[in-house]
Amino acid sequence: MRPAFLSPQRSFKPAMTAGCAAAFAMVLAPLVAIIWVSFFDNKIISFPPKGYTLAWYAAAWDMPRFRDGFVTSLELGAVATLVSLLVGVPASLVLARGRFRGREVVQSLLMAPLIVPGIVAGAAFYMLLIEFEVLTGIQIATTFTGLAIAHSLIALPWTIRLVTASLLGVDSQLAEAALTMGARPLTVFRRVTWPVIRPGVVAGALFSFVISFVDLEKSLFLVGPGTTTLPIVIVNYLEWSVDPTIAAVATVQILLIAAGLVVTNRYFRLTRAF
Amino acid sequence: MSQITLSHVSKRYGALTSVDDVSLEIRQGEFAAFLGPSGCGKTTTLRMIAGLTLASEGTIRFGSRDVTHLPPFLRNAGLVFQGYALFPHMSVAQNVAFGLEMRKVERAQAQARVMQALALVKLDHLADRLPRQLSGGQQQRVALARAIVYEPEVLLLDEPLSALDAKLRNEVRNDLRRLQSTLGLTTIFVTHDQDEALSVADRIVVMSAGKVEQIGTPREIYQRPATRFVAEFIGSTNLFPGRIEAGGRFVTAGGESFAMPREGRRDGASTFAVRPEQIRLTKGATGEGDGFGVPATVSGIVYRGALTEIVVQTASGAPLVAHLQNDGRDGEVRLEPGDVVVASWPAGAAMLF
Repeated sequence: MRPAFLSPQRSFKPAMTAGCAAAFAMVLAPLVAIIWVSFFDNKIISFPPKGYTLAWYAAAWDMPRFRDGFVTSLELGAVATLVSLLVGVPASLVLARGRFRGREVVQSLLMAPLIVPGIVAGAAFYMLLIEFEVLTGIQIATTFTGLAIAHSLIALPWTIRLVTASLLGVDSQLAEAALTMGARPLTVFRRVTWPVIRPGVVAGALFSFVISFVDLEKSLFLVGPGTTTLPIVIVNYLEWSVDPTIAAVATVQILLIAAGLVVTNRYFRLTRAF
Repeated sequence: MSQITLSHVSKRYGALTSVDDVSLEIRQGEFAAFLGPSGCGKTTTLRMIAGLTLASEGTIRFGSRDVTHLPPFLRNAGLVFQGYALFPHMSVAQNVAFGLEMRKVERAQAQARVMQALALVKLDHLADRLPRQLSGGQQQRVALARAIVYEPEVLLLDEPLSALDAKLRNEVRNDLRRLQSTLGLTTIFVTHDQDEALSVADRIVVMSAGKVEQIGTPREIYQRPATRFVAEFIGSTNLFPGRIEAGGRFVTAGGESFAMPREGRRDGASTFAVRPEQIRLTKGATGEGDGFGVPATVSGIVYRGALTEIVVQTASGAPLVAHLQNDGRDGEVRLEPGDVVVASWPAGAAMLF
């Protein structure tokens, strides 16, 4: 039994509980508010509700712009996730294990999209694409391709961060041990490296998708007719009307992402990746 | 099991030479230790034998087979890492089975061999555990079982005991030695711990700065060190810089003159050395004792259990350390700081470098 003065946690426990509760309330309050509002039977979002209805969900589904935005965001998320994995996983393997000149530089470059403000990066990328179009006549700005490149860049740092983290906690000699036991490099990857980094890769994929799905700033300049993402459709809609349709759309988005997290966590124990 | 031969093996990283022209032969069934301070190239040499590092020059043979340019997975060596490197997502049995699986050993037979190997290290009752559920000593034994189960041509151990506490280390060391001789494994053991090397190895390869300093049995290495480095690195040694005078005596920098043994005489030697346990201190005597000795004054006494360490100073002020066994056979030596003594040693104990 440890003396009481060695367990400060005990005396802090009520304070800890209160602090945690406050933090959770701060995080959850806006989400709860949005979900609640989405069922209000008011034309303009106001308090208190006159009654409750599911009409706004039906209304949102009936508006093609929301449906199209949803589909565009879904497709973009999928492409961004795929690209960030194809580039990010091999890059992480080299960055975490390799010792070569310029390693720090490469790492910083790959992490750069995380530190440049989204709106700045979006504007810069848009100008680059315009210059490119002027020079070559090939239009990428305001097309799906342009958006896909931008979203892949947003997603990449997350994949690299998470996969690198999953590698750092692991004995770098695992692969060497497998090699000496007679495993060829491909077998080493399949049997040893991959099982070890899998939680990191899954977490990276999930984050890539979510980050791409909710991105607003970077996409602002890059969207065009027929290729508008859901967050931008929401912003555009908000400029003209403030009815609970928007809350319904947001609720669907929140539930979708939450479901993704829960399901993935169930199969891959994401906590191991952090 | 094979004989392992290295001829003129070097490893260079740019301008840096980490292993420099190493030639040695580990006989079939022999337990060899690579001993040296960190950075001496012992681990790099081991990695070159395993194939994890490629030699810049020279050839490496397993028996008559030249493996110099073979990748690790075609060499058939067993390697135990310092940190064990057990696969965290596989059970103990799966870890041990890995090498057999790579060799496409039929499942039932593989299983039998896995259990046999685990029984050898007394872990057959933990076959279904995950590595993280085992203690350090148990993980170490799993790593060992995993490296020997596929009957490699050579067993390579990279500081395998350094992560264990002192008591466990002795136990595992003895188990390792017993297992090695029962199975007749050609074994190379890398360590920076001289006690480990002396107690476990048939032969020791002492390395320093990428070069082999001496190869010999523990007895040879300790009693007849080939170089000053070996004499200093293994055990403790009293060293006197100086030179050989025309009269055939060794004169230290401080002016003491020592008689020299006939054997082991080296012209141009610049260091005279004698081990502390060889020194006898005689109180009240004068002169040189039995021809090999020097008058001195006791300056410090440190009781260390099995032995007493006595520091004396020669006339020139050079310190000399003597170890006296506290076994009561010589009678308890009653010395006080300030006592005048003669420090003497048998003729054969003097070493020159």
